[in-house]
Amino acid sequence: MIAFWILAPVMVVCALGLLFARKAVHCALLLAVVMISLAVLYAVQDAPFLFAIQIIVYTGAILMLFLFVLMLVGVDASDSVVETIRGQRALATIVGLLFGVTLVVGIAQVSVGTVVGLDEANAEGNVIGIARVLFTKYVFAFEVTSALLITAALGAMVLAHRERLTPKLGQAEVAAQRMRDYAEHGKHLGPLPSPGVFARHNAVDTPALLPDGSVAESSISRVLAARGSVNSAPGSARQVQRLGGGDQDVPERDDSSDAGGAGR
Amino acid sequence: MSVTPFIVLSAILFTIGAVGVLTRRNAIVVFMCVELMLNASNLALITFAKANGNLDGQIAAFFVMVVAAAEVVVGLAIIMTIFRTRRSASVDDASLLKY
Amino acid sequence: MISTAIDVLAAEGGHSIPLVEPTSAGSLALPLVLVIALPAVGAAILLLGGRRTDAWGHLLGTAAVVGSFVCSLWLFLGLLGRGEEERQLGLDLWTWFATGRWEVKLGLLYDPLSALFLLLITGVGALIHVYSIGYMEHDVRRRRFFGYLNLFVAAMLVLVLSSDYVGVFLGWEGVGLASYLLIGFWQHKPSAAAASKKAFVINRVGDIGLSLGVGLMLVTFGTTSFDEVSALTSGASAGVMTAIGLLLLLAACGKSAQFPLQSWLLDAMEGPTPVSALIHAATMVTAGVYLIVRSQFVFEYSDTARLAVAVIGTITLLMGAWIGCAKDDIKKTLAGSTMSQIGYMVLASGLGVAGYAFAIFHLLTHGAFKANMFLGAGSVMHGTDDDVDMRHYGALQKAMPVTFLTFAMGYLAIIGFPGFSGFWSKDKIIETALAESPVLGVCALLGAGVTGFYMTRLMLMTFFGPKRWEPGVHPHESPKVMTFPLVALAALSVLGGLLLLNDWIVTFLAPVTGEAEEHHLPVPPILISALVVLVVALGVALAFVLFGRREVPREAPTEVSFLTRAGRNELYGNEVNDTLVVGPGKQLTAGLATFDRAVVDGGAMGTAASIGGLSQALRRAQNGFVRSYALSLLAGAALVLLALVVVNLA
Repeated sequence: MIAFWILAPVMVVCALGLLFARKAVHCALLLAVVMISLAVLYAVQDAPFLFAIQIIVYTGAILMLFLFVLMLVGVDASDSVVETIRGQRALATIVGLLFGVTLVVGIAQVSVGTVVGLDEANAEGNVIGIARVLFTKYVFAFEVTSALLITAALGAMVLAHRERLTPKLGQAEVAAQRMRDYAEHGKHLGPLPSPGVFARHNAVDTPALLPDGSVAESSISRVLAARGSVNSAPGSARQVQRLGGGDQDVPERDDSSDAGGAGR
Repeated sequence: MSVTPFIVLSAILFTIGAVGVLTRRNAIVVFMCVELMLNASNLALITFAKANGNLDGQIAAFFVMVVAAAEVVVGLAIIMTIFRTRRSASVDDASLLKY
Repeated sequence: MISTAIDVLAAEGGHSIPLVEPTSAGSLALPLVLVIALPAVGAAILLLGGRRTDAWGHLLGTAAVVGSFVCSLWLFLGLLGRGEEERQLGLDLWTWFATGRWEVKLGLLYDPLSALFLLLITGVGALIHVYSIGYMEHDVRRRRFFGYLNLFVAAMLVLVLSSDYVGVFLGWEGVGLASYLLIGFWQHKPSAAAASKKAFVINRVGDIGLSLGVGLMLVTFGTTSFDEVSALTSGASAGVMTAIGLLLLLAACGKSAQFPLQSWLLDAMEGPTPVSALIHAATMVTAGVYLIVRSQFVFEYSDTARLAVAVIGTITLLMGAWIGCAKDDIKKTLAGSTMSQIGYMVLASGLGVAGYAFAIFHLLTHGAFKANMFLGAGSVMHGTDDDVDMRHYGALQKAMPVTFLTFAMGYLAIIGFPGFSGFWSKDKIIETALAESPVLGVCALLGAGVTGFYMTRLMLMTFFGPKRWEPGVHPHESPKVMTFPLVALAALSVLGGLLLLNDWIVTFLAPVTGEAEEHHLPVPPILISALVVLVVALGVALAFVLFGRREVPREAPTEVSFLTRAGRNELYGNEVNDTLVVGPGKQLTAGLATFDRAVVDGGAMGTAASIGGLSQALRRAQNGFVRSYALSLLAGAALVLLALVVVNLA
């Protein structure tokens, strides 16, 4: 019970955090805390097998899947605080409270009776006990879950599959396309300049400088530029200039120009 | 050792999960709340297993986990697909099916 | 056979009411079947054969009816060759249908009554077929016309030959159908289409009477065949017999255009003239008289029904004569005359056993002279570009001598010129009526005078006086194929009286109608004949004064007496129908339509609208937001939970 009384408040707080955290990643981490705590509670309740499953399947697989999708969707995508459906939040709170209070009151009124405990059932060990029940009484349901899992896997594959609408470009076609672009639009033919020539701590956020001292904006990721966590290219240029002690006049260039945008 | 605190905790977690489903708009977070509800019910199942002295409750929780795994796979795939076409993971944006 | 040997004595008359006791047809079975089969097959070939039969269809149709006439003669001679007791020939064909305890057999009955009808129908029918070859020559649908005519003849023969009321009903409906088809033969004319529909609808009213009467017979006697019914009627109650009799009278009124169902006959003149001659003068409209005479074993047991028949006949007789006086349309004048003459027949048949034979006698002579005059009128129209207005005729006796002469024979016959057929038949009816019921007799006498008046008017306006022809009309005599039937019918009109020679027709029909007692008149018959002739002469003279001496205006005068106006308007029969039946019917349907719209539709639409409105309101709940749905889900779960907790804790 000590474990329970320690973990229960933590779980409730973390669960509530799920409601209020702005960022989805934080939600995932809070959920991970709740799940691991639950696993401990399972262990406390004489369910070591489910303890392991909870850690491996839930925390290990499912939650990681969540994080994986979060990364795909955009880890920085955060909810706006404004509620779009009028009255939804208030109603949800009221109904939720009503539900929770009724549930708790109802449970409190029910006497569960003597707790039998699992000492007898777990006499041979919990895993063996579960296996006995699972492969005898529940064997049919167990087999059916295999069908369910296969169906789910197939469904995920179908949903994730993207039909190719245009023929796949081979190396030769890509090269031809590049030459064509160069011929028609004068687009830079060679590799892009790599960033980080004058990097001091993080090469990726420092743009490259062109031979004339101007900044090659195509050398840094657009994502970083959009996020604003990039060193200002003209600023870098001036730093370089200062370091070099030269008195060359570096042209001021606007960060928002799209000079390198097409090269990616 | 009384089981009632476990059940009450399960109920509280379940309710929080439900409210989360109702209030959050990021589909992934909504999904997490659903998982929270499933986990809360698992806790209740395991508690009942202990109270009744047999392993059926644990088996039920086991099946819930299996089903949850399958559900998460498909659900996340759906979220991905929606995101790919609509560039949004908000459950409110997918509201074309209405009056 | 049930109690065939019982001789039934009618309480009031003392005379025996003859039963229908057919003997086997023997060798006459073949012509008996052929007489119906020939026109029926002809109709089937012409109507089903389509355009392939266009070229020779009219010849086939005529040949079929002529063949039928030959069979009739064969049968007639065969009948004459038999003893008086064996003059009812029966031929059972097959069981039409059997349901429960009722079995309706299709059989034929050939007795003196049927024999005379057969001769009339096939004889006049054949002549009119011949006439139609000429009359319908330029009609592209002539083959179809002959098909319909054959259909009519076949149906009419079924009517008069059937040995069962259900069989009669079959023929009755068949002639109704043929009449409908032929009145509306020129269906491109809205008036013809409307007239055919009117005839059909009004005939339905009469048909209700026949079907109800037959149904009542079936309920009362358990059978509808003539022989069994005639054997059983003596045992039935007077009320039932009166009911059956009145229902049959209703049927006769519908078919024979008797008051109050008379209004269709004048409109039926929209049909081609041979149709008017065959169906609406000679044969079909006399089916009502046939029905009454055939059902004498019913009417003999109900004085009320018989009186009703006589009164209806008298009313119609006067109405028809009145209308005939006022109409300028030659066919409608003749149609009014037809109504009037059929009124005589119905009156005679309502006089009971004394009148049946004379009703049939007048029916035969009328069939001949009225067909003659209708065909003559057709000939006149043929020569004047289908003009029917007598005010546009005049002086046709030189242009159309054959038509004029034959028409004159018919004229003399109908007014009852001594020696001509109509004289003998009508005279006998008036005489019998005077003997049986002086009031009706006087009415009949008056009718005879009016007949003389309007027929003279028709003759004078058509054939005499100055020319009042439409410009461009050059009347000419009709072709031989049309004048031959006129001549034949004119001969019959003149010689029809021979049937009364030695009271032959009365004796001949006695097996069917019963033997009449000598009626007792205070005055000798010759005086009555003289009286009739006198009255007729007065009518003729009046007409001569009014129309023969004076100029007939080309336009119908509008300043006319009430009598003329009423006659022109067919005694307001249509208006009465409109007021009594059509108007209330329309109001009823309008009321029902309003009820339907307001209450039924209103209820249905109101329900739909309220549900629709409710749905419109509830539709807002479907806002597309999953979270809203989830909220209602959770609320529902909370409510269920709350209920559980409350119930468990309470």
